[in-house]
Formats: sequence, C-alpha cells, structure tokens
Amino acid sequence: MNVPTMASLFAENKQPEVLFWVGCAGSFDDRAKKITKAFVKILNKAGVSFAVLGTEEGCTGDPAKRAGNEFLFQMQAVTNIEVLNGYGVKKIVTACPHCFNTIKNEYPELGGNYEVVHHTQFLKQLLDEGKISLEGGTYKGKRITYHDPCYLGRANNVFEAPRELIQKLDAELVEMKNCRKRGLCCGAGGAQMFKEPEKGDKDVNIERTEQALETQPEIIAAACPFCNTMMTDGVKNKEKEASIAVLDVAELIANAEDL
Amino acid sequence: MEILPNILFAVALVVGIGFFARNIKKLIRNIKLGRKVEVDDNPAKRFKNMAMIALGQSKMVVRPIAGLMHIIVYVGFIIINIEVLEIIIDGLFGTHRIFASLGAFYDFLIASFEILALLVIVAVVIFWIRRNVIRLRRFIKPEMKGWPKTDANWILYIEFILMALFLTMNATDAKLQQLGALHYQEAGTFPISQFLLPLFDTMSIQTLIFIERTAWWLHILGILFFLNYLYYSKHLHILLAFPNTYYGKLRPQGQFENLDSVTKEVKLMLDPNADPFAAPADDAPPPEKFGASDVMDLTRVQLLNAYTCTECGRCTSECPANQTGKKLSPRKIMMDTRDRLEEVGQNINSNKGEFKADGKQLLDDYITREELWACTTCNACVEACPVSIDPLSIIMSMRQYLVMEQSAAPTELNNMMGNVENNGAPWPFNQMDRLNWTQES
Repeated sequence: MNVPTMASLFAENKQPEVLFWVGCAGSFDDRAKKITKAFVKILNKAGVSFAVLGTEEGCTGDPAKRAGNEFLFQMQAVTNIEVLNGYGVKKIVTACPHCFNTIKNEYPELGGNYEVVHHTQFLKQLLDEGKISLEGGTYKGKRITYHDPCYLGRANNVFEAPRELIQKLDAELVEMKNCRKRGLCCGAGGAQMFKEPEKGDKDVNIERTEQALETQPEIIAAACPFCNTMMTDGVKNKEKEASIAVLDVAELIANAEDL
Repeated sequence: MEILPNILFAVALVVGIGFFARNIKKLIRNIKLGRKVEVDDNPAKRFKNMAMIALGQSKMVVRPIAGLMHIIVYVGFIIINIEVLEIIIDGLFGTHRIFASLGAFYDFLIASFEILALLVIVAVVIFWIRRNVIRLRRFIKPEMKGWPKTDANWILYIEFILMALFLTMNATDAKLQQLGALHYQEAGTFPISQFLLPLFDTMSIQTLIFIERTAWWLHILGILFFLNYLYYSKHLHILLAFPNTYYGKLRPQGQFENLDSVTKEVKLMLDPNADPFAAPADDAPPPEKFGASDVMDLTRVQLLNAYTCTECGRCTSECPANQTGKKLSPRKIMMDTRDRLEEVGQNINSNKGEFKADGKQLLDDYITREELWACTTCNACVEACPVSIDPLSIIMSMRQYLVMEQSAAPTELNNMMGNVENNGAPWPFNQMDRLNWTQES
C-alpha cells in the first residue's frame, strides 16, 4: 500500500491531484480503517495521484457543530483550512459523508474553497474514465440493499453514484422501504454516535436494520463509516452476522477486484 | 329600506376585513420580534420555489392520497374566490348574479364551482374520517390533544358548511329561476344542486327567497368568519405558505449556518495583534447571545415557520427519533415555538407595547432538553414538510444555547468535544497516531 503524505510530497516539490481526507473514523476506528485501506488499494491500482494529510489532519468539527458547539467547530475549521490552503489543495476526496458535507458546504464561508467529492462519486468517475474496471463475479446476482447516509443523500443529493457502482458489480440492488430522499437515519448523525440515545421504544439503528432485513439482502451496502458501524451493530443485534455482511461500497469494489 | 341590506353588508365586510387586518398587523409585529436575517439573495430561485411548492403543491403529492385531496380543496378554495367576488359586488350594489351577462362562460363557471364544491365536500369527509375514525398515527400523537385536535375538526366542519350553503343557495336560486321570480333572471347551470331541487318542490316563492337569502348571507358571513378564524388556527398556512416557501432554505440541506457572532470571536482569538486584556469600549453593544433560549433569539424566518405550520405531522412521522418512541416531535417544536410567541405577543399587548419578563422561556418551559438531544440532524423533517418549514434549525439554535451559553451538553458529548479540542478527533487517540492504519495489515 502506497500512502504518500502532503508533507512528504511537498518536500519533493510535488503536488498530488487530489487530497484524500481520511477523517477520524477512517483513521482510528478499526472497522472504518478497513474502508480506508480498501479505498487506498483502489487508488493505488488506478494509479491516482493522491496524498493524505496524516498527522496534520484534524476533525472537521462536524460532531462539535451538530452538538451545538459552533465555537469549537469554527476553531477546527480555520485550523484545517489553514493547513489545506498552505498546501494549495484544490480537490478533496473523502469516504466520510460528514467530512464531505462540512468541507464542501461549511468551509467556503470560512475561507476554504475546494472541489469536494465523496469517494463513491470519485470511484464512479474512475470507472467512467476507464481507470478501474468492474467485472461481475464475486457479487454476481447477490442481493444487495443500499443504505443512504443522510449527509450524503438527503443533505447533498448524492443518490446515484453508489447505486451505479453496485449495479456495475452485476449485483441485484434491492431498495428499502425508505430510500433516497426518504432514507431513514442510521441513528449516528448529529453527534448521536458519541452518546447514549434518549429513552424510547428501540434504537434507530435497529429500526433501520429491520427495514434492511425486510429486503432479504445478502449484503447491506453503506457509504459512511458511521452508518457502517450502526448497521453492523444492528445486524449483530438480530443475530444475522453470519449470513449478512455490512460493507462499504469501496470494500465491495476492492473485494471484487481481489485487491 | 331597499338599501338597508347593502349597508349591513358593507358594515359586515368592513368589520370582518378590518378585524382580520388588525390581527395580521399583530402577527407581523410578533414575527419581527425575531432576529433579522439576510434573505434577499437569489430572488429568482425563491420565486421559483414559491411557485413550485406553494402554488404548485409539488411536495403535497409525496403522499398521493392526502396530496390529491388537498389539491382539490386548494383548487376549490382558489376558484371559489371568483364566486366570492360576485357575492361582494351583489351585496354592495343590490344586484343579483352580476356576472350573469357573461352568458355561456358564466354557466361554465357556476358549473365548475358546483363540481368543485361537491369534490371539496367529499375530500373534507374523507379528511374527517382519517382523523377521527381511521385515526392515522400522525394525527393522534401526544401534541395533538385539546385545541389542536378541535381546531383541525372545526376547519373541516366550517368548510363543509360553507360548501353546503353554496349548493343550497344555488339550488333555491335555480328553483326561483324556474318559477320566474322577480330579480332571479335565468343564469348559470347547476350540475350538482339540480339534484337538490325536489326538496324545494312544495315551497312557496316567499319561502324559497327566504332560504336563498339566508344561505347567501350565511355563506358570505361564514367566509368572513373563517377569514378571522385563521389567525387563531393552524389554518394560517393557506396564507403564510407563500412567504414561507419564498424565504425557505436555498442551500443544501446539510449546510448549517456558520454563526457570525462566533466567527468574530474566533478571528479575534487568532489575531496576533489583538490585545487580550483590552476592555470593551464604553459604547460597545452587549455581547451577542449564542444560540436561542426564547423566541426573541430565533430568526424571523424561524418564527414565520412556526406560524405557517399546519400541524399535518409529516415531519414527525418521518422523524427517526419519533419513529423509535423518543420524545422528540418536530411538529411539537413548531407548535411550542408558535405558542410561546403568541404568549409573548399577548404579554406585549397587555403591557402597552412592551414585553414584561414573565419568568418563562421557550427552553424548558415548552421544549425539553430531552427532545433537543434526541435529534440526529438527519433532515427528514425538513424534507417532509410540504411548505419548507425547518424544525431542525430551531433545534440547532437551542442546542447552541445549551452548549455555548450554559455548558449543558450531556457528559458523553462533553467528553467528545474535549477530545476534539485536545486531540483533533472525537475519540481519545493521539493525533500523532493518525497514520498508524498504513502500517497495519
């Protein structure tokens, strides 16, 4: 695996085409790290010129902002913008819809203007340009249901890129009762990931997992590290982890390509 | 004596419209209690949204049954205003069916009003059944008890009665035309009310005129009453849906506002030339409050949202927190905001135009912290609203108050924020370990 950092490329006077914003989950969470690695393998295979910030990356401030701490959010934002602008970053790709939304929509007003794409959009682009090819095989005919992350789908209208990728795998894409604009939250957004849920009849991720199970899938596809965790927990709760896998779209592609 | 009805009519009209105008003035004053916001960007896009969403009802049909019936009632309401115009002219000048000279076109108009009136009656009956017999889940949530429930039914009764009066008026008129009564020239076709004619077969011309006039008067007085009922009801949306969709959010749903007051503070903190010990100037304005604890801290758009809400509950039925039995209901957030704003308005009315502190506020007295913290900010409520109301923005403003003014976040969130502040990640990991994943197999 070849993962150059912005600092090392900068020392060689090189500028990558795109910065891969790994995000906190992608850097530290054991489950999400697998998504990060799958995505990097695809980037390596496609010969994409990219780099990561590594130790210079910091939380975008999304969970702080949505918990109500606008002050901490803006401190994080201006610090990150300073680093990004310092390296002259033009284009950013990230596998986390929360990082994606924050950098794309909330950083510009604070001085951070970049072209920001989600990794599913980027992979779709690589596919269209012929830099990666997807052959059915591993996933041919498998029933896959796709869970729309709120911050990718409803919040930013990215619905089709992940779906097109799944269909390119020759898989059978089955939709849940709530999908696209009416997708149901996994329960982690708005900083809920970091606290116990309020009292209720059940947890949101259980409700969403039940909707997914109704489609009788072999795989639940996600495109967000937090959704991935919540759905994995849901599947475990239903004791279905032996028969149903929860996988990120990047993992599906990396597996199909046997990377 | 001949002109007495015309005078009475003019008085009714002036009183009805005057009273309504007075309430609208109060409503505008209340909305202006909120913070001013810049909303004059991109008027073209805003007009387009208003045309599509309010005028074109584009978001109503997401739920096809309710959507279709709503469109019937809506079109009926718009079209019937032509009839109301005729009634007003007739009432003021003592004429009868002044537009009759339009001939065949008039026949067509009256016929279409009648068909719409019948469709409205059907829709209203189905609406009533959905609320009171089938009891759809979103209509029987805890916040829908008492006045909100009564209000919803009242609106249906009033609409039913108005349509029934309209058809009765036409039926007796048609009968009088048949009998060749003075004043009742032949005009209009009556595809629906013709079926009511047998009811009036045995009646004398005098009785028929009495019924026709009664129905005519009750119809127009009913409309004036309904106009004034709006202000006290969730039904204000028939007017406010238009400005509300105009001022609705244009940015992507995921893009939350960056608070300017915080940006100023952050810039000051990072400015190497700023004097950390500088005392504020004597004439400096009081520091801005972060977030919202009461309605005056909210923006005018948020307050307009609250008045526009018709409590249909589409937001609440899409809310993941509400679906899983948590206390949060986006509809209740809007209803609470409106109730508190009305309370503040009453306070101002009874204190000669000034607000006297009443020891209450929107936070805690209306909206609990448990509700606020249950929100996943998923935007399902915003997406679901047929008239561009944004309950999430109010929830966020109140969370900002809790966190930045009161430091009252749940402990786990305080831990998360401490981690972000110290390590640049919501978990307690060292920032220097951010690349470790590259070394792991």
